[in-house]
Amino acid sequence: MQVPTMAELLAKGESPDILFWVGCSGSYDQRAQKITRAFATILDKVGLRYAILGKEEMCTGDPARRAGNEFIFQMMAYQNIQTLNNYGVKKIVTTCPHCFNILHNEYPELGGRYEVIHHTVFLQQLIDEGKIRLKEDGPYKGKRITFHDSCYLGRANDIYEAPRKVLEALEVELVEMKRCRSKGLCCGAGGAQMFKEEEKGQTRVNFERSGEALDTGAGVVAAACPFCNTMLTDGVKHAEKEDAVKVLDVAELIAASIA
Amino acid sequence: MVLFQQIAFVLALAVATGLFVKNIRQIRRNILLGKDEPCNDHPGQRWKNLLLLAFGQKKMFRNPLVAMLHLLIYAGFIIINLEVLEIVLDGILGTHRLFHGFGGPLYSALINAFEFLAVGVFFSCFIFLCRRNILKLRRFISHDLDGWPRSDANYILLAEIALMTLFLTMNAADTLLQARGYSHYATHGTGDFAFSRLLHPLLNGLSNGALVTLERTCWWLHILGILAFLNYLPYSKHLHILLAFPNAYYARLEPEGKLRNMPAIQQEVLYAMQPETAPPTPADGSAPPPPPAAASAAAPTDRFGAKDVFDLSWRNLMDAYSCTECGRCSAACPANTTGKLLSPRKIMMSTRDRLEEVGRNINANGRFTDDGKNLLSYISVEELRACTTCNACVTECPVSISPLEIIVEMRRALIMEDSNAPQEWNALFGNIENNFAPWKFSPDDRDKWTTEA
Repeated sequence: MQVPTMAELLAKGESPDILFWVGCSGSYDQRAQKITRAFATILDKVGLRYAILGKEEMCTGDPARRAGNEFIFQMMAYQNIQTLNNYGVKKIVTTCPHCFNILHNEYPELGGRYEVIHHTVFLQQLIDEGKIRLKEDGPYKGKRITFHDSCYLGRANDIYEAPRKVLEALEVELVEMKRCRSKGLCCGAGGAQMFKEEEKGQTRVNFERSGEALDTGAGVVAAACPFCNTMLTDGVKHAEKEDAVKVLDVAELIAASIA
Repeated sequence: MVLFQQIAFVLALAVATGLFVKNIRQIRRNILLGKDEPCNDHPGQRWKNLLLLAFGQKKMFRNPLVAMLHLLIYAGFIIINLEVLEIVLDGILGTHRLFHGFGGPLYSALINAFEFLAVGVFFSCFIFLCRRNILKLRRFISHDLDGWPRSDANYILLAEIALMTLFLTMNAADTLLQARGYSHYATHGTGDFAFSRLLHPLLNGLSNGALVTLERTCWWLHILGILAFLNYLPYSKHLHILLAFPNAYYARLEPEGKLRNMPAIQQEVLYAMQPETAPPTPADGSAPPPPPAAASAAAPTDRFGAKDVFDLSWRNLMDAYSCTECGRCSAACPANTTGKLLSPRKIMMSTRDRLEEVGRNINANGRFTDDGKNLLSYISVEELRACTTCNACVTECPVSISPLEIIVEMRRALIMEDSNAPQEWNALFGNIENNFAPWKFSPDDRDKWTTEA
């Protein structure tokens, strides 16, 4: 697909309305790449003028900072902020709650001030504004779906309703897990756990959470974070339910239902 | 006899208050061992937090039934203090039911309300004792509480039950003596009170003299009990009844997802990236002068992250003293509930234990003398490694404590002071530094997703 980069637009003397911050997972992880492409498809359909940083994007430094390595974090933050400020970026949308949190909450005091939006909030806005029109008979209409709150969207930034509103727009049967919203259980990936073996315990966090999702009897577990997606997919596989239950990003559900 | 009682009372009051003030000053000193952290912005929002979180106990209502019981005990604690004021004045002045003189019907209404609360406190404490010792709720049978913490919780509930019993028995004996028209009791005709009168059948058989003894004994035990309780607080988890208020006021106002910045490292990275911004080195090319030795001897050296209580902020240390060990944090913690060693409650208890140890060290030596220990003697690396930074503990805490801040500060010290990281994290750091991504992929492939279908 054709996705313009900031550098290309700059060469043409143009600037986009919004920068799509893809994130490392969305760029490199094969499963997350599908989410990235789904979201980019939506942006294309809506006719938004957007761009990516492409090869100039770097890790925000989130896992390093949360593991305790502030040096690496500050190095990444410095370089990203230089890049973003040089392009005069004003508005950023991202499909990763970790990138969202760090761009939104932690870059400003380092000199990187932008309007940052998570893609679920952005999708809700586009639906509300009538810019996204959904098929009358979308593939998920009436389907039983449960939503898993990402910690970095929910508790970290108090975003609970936007993803649910998007799912409601799809006219799905939204069922909640035993623990949801501010009581939602983590998928187990945050705080750089994604990149190491879990400490020893009785079970894995993602098995526990996937169990709760499966208990709802939903055919689709909707997530809004590439890490949660990986963890829950593994959990569903471990329970040998991968044929009956799909873990999908909110953007993928919309991309499949867009008119 | 009355004068003797007055003198004894004033002495007891003075000793109890003096001890309490001494202990509170020591706790304040310990808290201020932490690093400075300004938290006086947005006073409006802070007062609102104080009202909603501390007075209103907003977060307790995440579990409404328990919240109602807790509210009853808490209302009892606050409102019955009006009665304690009367008791203290009576004790000093040698009077009896001093406030009765200011308005009979209002007085009776107030005492009736206190009795209602006393009965409420009695039953709530009883239910809480059952929850702790019979129902075996996970957060109460946890090993976090083994030993003193578990006894501490039970002592508090038993003490409150005893105090309420004394208060009601005192009123029952008093009103019975009034009915019999005995001595000065007859001159304070309050009439029977709503709940204590139910005890009359039990006391009817007693002589006037026995009733007076009972009334006086209850009065004395009740007020001495309260003074003792006051001095028990500094040694107990129950200190939260005081510190919940400042803790709510000074609670973080930023989104839970935001970590504390480290300006020192920010500066260092800036100098590395833009050497022209670094302060000039002396003209002769020698290294810049080291910081004066006096400064580093007076205060423990500034390090990256936290190894000991001195490296945490004063707010983290006040958190430790505010924790009442209820365990809502650990019950919500993904690591703890899946059997990992980490328990956010234990992080707070360990921080307090270490801080108290440092306090005793200062008391003994005049100033802190190295004891070869630090926070890591209390909190293991395995605990710190298990955290997913999900903020469940922070969200759950009814008194605005953040175990996560302490965990992150300690992780920072592990990585940046001790280079203590699991192999996978070292690989992670290397990848981010060299490939600008946490995995070993080439930066050139970052936009490859646009070309693959």
